[in-house]
Amino acid sequence: MSGAEPLYRADTTDAMLVEPLDGLTLIYHRRSGVTHMVVEPVPQILAAMGEDALTLDQLLTRLSKDFDLGDAVEAKAVLAARIDELVDLGLVDKLDGQDA
Amino acid sequence: MHEFSAQVGPAAFRIGSQWRSPVDQLAALYADYPKPEIPDFSVRLEAVSMLRRFIRPSVMIEGDYMLPDAAPLPLAQALLAAEMGMNLQMALGWRRHLLLHASAVEKDGKALIMTGASGSGKSTLSALLGQSGWRFMGDEFVLLDLESGAAVPFPRLISLKNEAIAAMEAQADAARFGPLMEGTPKGNIRHLMPPVDAIARMAEPAKPALLLFPRYGHNWAVRDVAPGETFMRMTQASTNYVALGEAGFTAMTRFIKTTPARAIDYQSGAEAVSLAEGLWEQLA
Repeated sequence: MSGAEPLYRADTTDAMLVEPLDGLTLIYHRRSGVTHMVVEPVPQILAAMGEDALTLDQLLTRLSKDFDLGDAVEAKAVLAARIDELVDLGLVDKLDGQDA
Repeated sequence: MHEFSAQVGPAAFRIGSQWRSPVDQLAALYADYPKPEIPDFSVRLEAVSMLRRFIRPSVMIEGDYMLPDAAPLPLAQALLAAEMGMNLQMALGWRRHLLLHASAVEKDGKALIMTGASGSGKSTLSALLGQSGWRFMGDEFVLLDLESGAAVPFPRLISLKNEAIAAMEAQADAARFGPLMEGTPKGNIRHLMPPVDAIARMAEPAKPALLLFPRYGHNWAVRDVAPGETFMRMTQASTNYVALGEAGFTAMTRFIKTTPARAIDYQSGAEAVSLAEGLWEQLA
């Protein structure tokens, strides 16, 4: 399985209450009872993920349809950092990757 | 055990005391409040020890909800101990509303809510407005209804501290004040009964229409407060936001999205009243 890309899946939309609030977004996570205050691009990333399990590249493709992400290598590194933070917060699950 | 009970807004309290004097003081100050049948909370004022009860009487606050290391107070401050005990029960035990550490007054069915740290002047400002055409709703807690978002009054005794005592003595009927307690952990304290109509109408909620963050002792200034900052400050100002979970989140976000917020700096009570009334005309 080495070399398999990990998959990421956001917690279900039912599990989060999302309230945009003038420049930032509040996310109430039902499972943990924690309120998160987040700014761009976190709400956009979660919206793009929907409830699908995606690799970073698949997520990048989705985001690039709506946003100008500039340099692809740099964009992937930034996205990876944000996704890791979301995994730490419990809002996104990291799943075992599958070989294509 | 001497006993006293009173209904304050939606909450019913029973106070038990080993001494008669604090119960008599409470009964006089709460004379206008209804007597509940079944209390939500019990507070007991107990002697630190039997021996000390006679040598140097000191009061421990005991209740359904407690802080483990609350210091005892001298018997002369038992009224303060009772009030602190009642506040503690609300702060730690109330779950029926989103509880904001704030003061509020009402006009035309709409509520002006003021919040800030101790010494910000929110209590004095609500008392001053309550003497000048507004209905006093509370100087310590504002309760937000989890379904409707309405502000529910909690008009307990107004707790005046230090300079605020003289300011209100000039405004309110002398018969409505409790004893002056000097040298308490919060400085000098004197309780003031809220206006009669504030108590008579304590079951009438009001729609939040303006949120102010007053700050006493600074040059006159008004500043916009962004919703994100308001959210952070209000979650800090709520003792039960986390305990209420999703219901607290929903009530808090609705309150912040529908209520304009401003920070005001002021040097005198008259200046603060004028600032608050000006912003009310403009925004509420």
